[in-house]
Amino acid sequence: MAPIKRSEFLTAAVTGTLPDDVGTKQAPRNKFANSSTPEFNEKSTTGLDEYTGRFSQTQLMHLLRRTKFGLTQADMAYFSGMTLDQVVATLLTPAATPSPPVNNYSASITDPDVAAGATWVNAPYEAGVAGLDGYRRASLKAWWVGQMVNQNQSLTEKMTLFWHNHFATQMATVNDARYSYKHIALLRANALGNFKTLTRLVTTDPSMLVYLNGDTNTLTNPNENYGRELQERFTVGYGPNSLYTQSDVEEAAKVLSGWKDSQTTLTSSFVPAKHDTSNKQFSAFYSNTVINGLTGANGATETDQLIDMIFAQAETAKFLARNLYRWFVYYVIDDQIEANIITPLSQVIIANNYEMVPTLSALLKSEHFFDPNNMGCQIKNPIDHMVGVCRQFNIAFPDSTNIPNQYKGWYIIASTLANLAMDPGDPPNVAGWPAYYQAPEYHELWINSDTLPLRNQYTDGLGGATGVTVSGVTLQIDYLAFTSGLSNPSDPNQLIADAAALLSPNALGADETAVMLNSLLGGLTNPSYWTTAWNTYTSAPTNQTYINTVLSRLRPMYAYLLDLAEYQLI
Amino acid sequence: MKAFGKGSLFESALRSSTATDRVLVIIQLQGGNDGLNTVIPLDQYSALSTARANILIPENLVLPLTGTTVTGLHPSMPEIQGLFNNKQAMIIQGVSYPNPNFSHFEATDIWMTASDSEESLITGWAGRYLGVEDPGYPTGYPNQNNPDPLAIQIGSTVSTTLQGPSASMGIALTNTTNFYQLTSGNYGQAPSTPAGHELAFIRETSIETQAYSSAIKQAALNQQNLSTLYPTAGTNELADQLKIVAQLIGGGLQTKIYMVSLGSFDTHSSQVSATGGNQTGTHANLLSKFSVAINAFMDDITKMNQQDRVLGMTFSEFGRRIISNGSQGTDHGTSEPVFLFGTQVSGGLLGTNPVIPANATVNDNLVMQTDFRSVYSTMLANWFCVPVDTVNSIMGTPDQSSFPLLDVLTASCTNTTGISQASSGANTLRNYPNPANGSTIIEFQTTGGSLEIKLYDAVGNEIKTLVDGSYSPGSYQIEVDTHKLASGMYYYTLRQGTQKITEKMLVM
Repeated sequence: MAPIKRSEFLTAAVTGTLPDDVGTKQAPRNKFANSSTPEFNEKSTTGLDEYTGRFSQTQLMHLLRRTKFGLTQADMAYFSGMTLDQVVATLLTPAATPSPPVNNYSASITDPDVAAGATWVNAPYEAGVAGLDGYRRASLKAWWVGQMVNQNQSLTEKMTLFWHNHFATQMATVNDARYSYKHIALLRANALGNFKTLTRLVTTDPSMLVYLNGDTNTLTNPNENYGRELQERFTVGYGPNSLYTQSDVEEAAKVLSGWKDSQTTLTSSFVPAKHDTSNKQFSAFYSNTVINGLTGANGATETDQLIDMIFAQAETAKFLARNLYRWFVYYVIDDQIEANIITPLSQVIIANNYEMVPTLSALLKSEHFFDPNNMGCQIKNPIDHMVGVCRQFNIAFPDSTNIPNQYKGWYIIASTLANLAMDPGDPPNVAGWPAYYQAPEYHELWINSDTLPLRNQYTDGLGGATGVTVSGVTLQIDYLAFTSGLSNPSDPNQLIADAAALLSPNALGADETAVMLNSLLGGLTNPSYWTTAWNTYTSAPTNQTYINTVLSRLRPMYAYLLDLAEYQLI
Repeated sequence: MKAFGKGSLFESALRSSTATDRVLVIIQLQGGNDGLNTVIPLDQYSALSTARANILIPENLVLPLTGTTVTGLHPSMPEIQGLFNNKQAMIIQGVSYPNPNFSHFEATDIWMTASDSEESLITGWAGRYLGVEDPGYPTGYPNQNNPDPLAIQIGSTVSTTLQGPSASMGIALTNTTNFYQLTSGNYGQAPSTPAGHELAFIRETSIETQAYSSAIKQAALNQQNLSTLYPTAGTNELADQLKIVAQLIGGGLQTKIYMVSLGSFDTHSSQVSATGGNQTGTHANLLSKFSVAINAFMDDITKMNQQDRVLGMTFSEFGRRIISNGSQGTDHGTSEPVFLFGTQVSGGLLGTNPVIPANATVNDNLVMQTDFRSVYSTMLANWFCVPVDTVNSIMGTPDQSSFPLLDVLTASCTNTTGISQASSGANTLRNYPNPANGSTIIEFQTTGGSLEIKLYDAVGNEIKTLVDGSYSPGSYQIEVDTHKLASGMYYYTLRQGTQKITEKMLVM
């Protein structure tokens, strides 16, 4: 694979040409987006109490839409019949650690220490091999998409992405794909672990040391970058009651001084000589805590004390609760949501010492989570959309017998994500994606005059007669297979109802259903014409004429459905 | 399946046509229109009375047409009658293809893709044409040179007709409501729930930011409908669609092809009213909508002074059976009349009345007079001024003789050559003498390989396989005994791999 440029993957089939920097550029202001926090006539009064209503298909679909990338027929089959407890327990069981990304780029560049198909994650960068990191980063991004496309029944992948948005770093800035791999691996390994533990590990993770300048924060040259973001973006946050001070930032920087990373060992270490051993005085917000300066190797334990101090603040639990709420439920957090959900959830978090499993379990089993008002109202982020369409339609990617092609397939999706302004590995900045913090638009920031047409073009391309082909690798939706998996595809009304139920969380209107039926029946009114065509196809499933007859009706029907506003919601 | 791959005739013949500002409006009558009750052969009335008494239009109610005493229109179509008499509408009789298909879906696909009866294509004829004009579409579109949609489908998902080689060449305004929401900016009230709020937000963004929204909105702002003849919105779906088409044409969109549709022509039962007379009922209502809509549209574009650049044509997947059934309806048939309308049509009737057997049986169908691909070829060559070799490649035929152009338009294309270029080395096919009297010789030239030649009658029934074998490159002749063939038109088709040539033969 040649050095990856996003524009390279924007072929005729994918359509649309955008500047290379679209992933980080300022999105055009969407005049329809919120200009103030939306208010609704009917407010939900539900809280964090456990949901005790009927756990039917509606509730299962809602839960899976919010916890997986794309609601699939396979997941519905897997989870159907389980109780809410069983489903959540399955979701909260961590996925196995995946094998690391490998050299998929040997045709383009020689990696002296890594054979084709072998992993590069611990291999050095040899002098004189220019541009290798670009290939490795592309490999990592493709691999990550592969992990998401192939996610199992666990919440691990969606939480890995949650933590990436939370502890945002940019691979392009870190500039060492091995660091970035280890960083992502750290997030994945702790995805369903303990928030406090993860924060401590991230604090001295080589990627983060590079990204927020912890590696240059020393006694003589303090750098406040990490000390600030640790508080503002990662822990106590920016809520109205997060009253840490500039002095707290400076003192935290002193605590954190002396860490450095090593591109040889790919680890971090503490250098006592570079550590500020003075006593650190924190503000009233932190109960006037003093962290006494320690010398020698003991200086490193000041970092642990700093984390202890920060996690003793209720604001840290509330900040996590709000972020989880905006990730899994909706973005409007008014006084009522603050009182009914955020505060009680933060109490669960504190009671469980920042363990994620009980925290997520409380949220995902709450009556508020299953409140009908909270269903079908979340705008898909680009990964929900693109990885979701791959999973929902079980798009076939090249398998591991052809690694370069396998990674190309994944990279096709990775490049669409960049164009839709959610480039995993390279969020816009340390704050993560604005859709999760920028009031009052929040999730609506995903949808604008650039991205909405592109979302449609991508699904149109994947569902089109020739699919999407890049560098010889074709991705294409198999509408016949998807349709065959529905309960009764020979009945056009049932087909439409089943497909719509899987693909749209909100019931389609009569107009939309009529357009779809018109597509299947070609303007005829007697449903038996579709039934005959479908049964004729299934009686001779390799007959190209019969295939074309049903596909030429299914394709526009699905393209229409996937282009509807309804498909943009989960 | 015919493949238009790299290096094929299709690609080698990619030559841009003469630029025109002409517009083609295609009206699909979905379900199979009963042509015999639409364009009524008065000279066959007695046979029709036997074949379809329970649905036959009373002879005295049939609308007469200027220039003919033997053909008239269904009484629900006075507006079309007026257009016809003013040479602003004309009728091509007996349009079909060899070996017609009676399945709605397969016949629709044949009409939309312009395939042979036996083959299955996934690209549409108009889509292939637009693919020649704009091979890169949709990458980089819209742009300064192409600010407007290439094709617009109204009231449905984008039709197979507009499916190009790699992408659909058209956009759909699936719902006429969407058009007025876009042009008025009034999106209605959203339910006051989070889901309702976000749905409304995305819909609004969607309607305004689809690639061509601003162009469509501007066109609608540029031009209001001027005709007062449109019926009340919601009462005639074809008129509602054509009203938008007129506005977009008048508003200056450079869009070449519009597709609209009218459904429910599948009149197996209750085609006519059980009580109100055969001139009333379902089919009468449909034809009235059809007639009123086209007339209002013509009036509108004339008032906009756009009439000379607009041509309309109709099609349905098939006509219906000669003999009616017991439920006052008709089953699927074959040939149908195609209507053309616009100021640039030659006018009158092309072709003759079908011959109705004196005692028609359920197996009797109308004989094909004109292959529908001749109609399409004529639209491309004489309306859009596409060079004939390109027309042939779009139609998947090596030369013009398979689908001869029809003399139906007064419009001209001054810059086209009109010369059919046979690709060197391609297969060729002909017969002589033609007409055949007792026997004829079919001569074919092949580039080598397995091929077959089959003979079909005028309705497309396969008569005989004349050649089926492997041939080395060269020229061959076979003698065909025509003594046992009834007099009339026949077709013979050479197939070799994906290539196909069809020729006509007249037997005395």
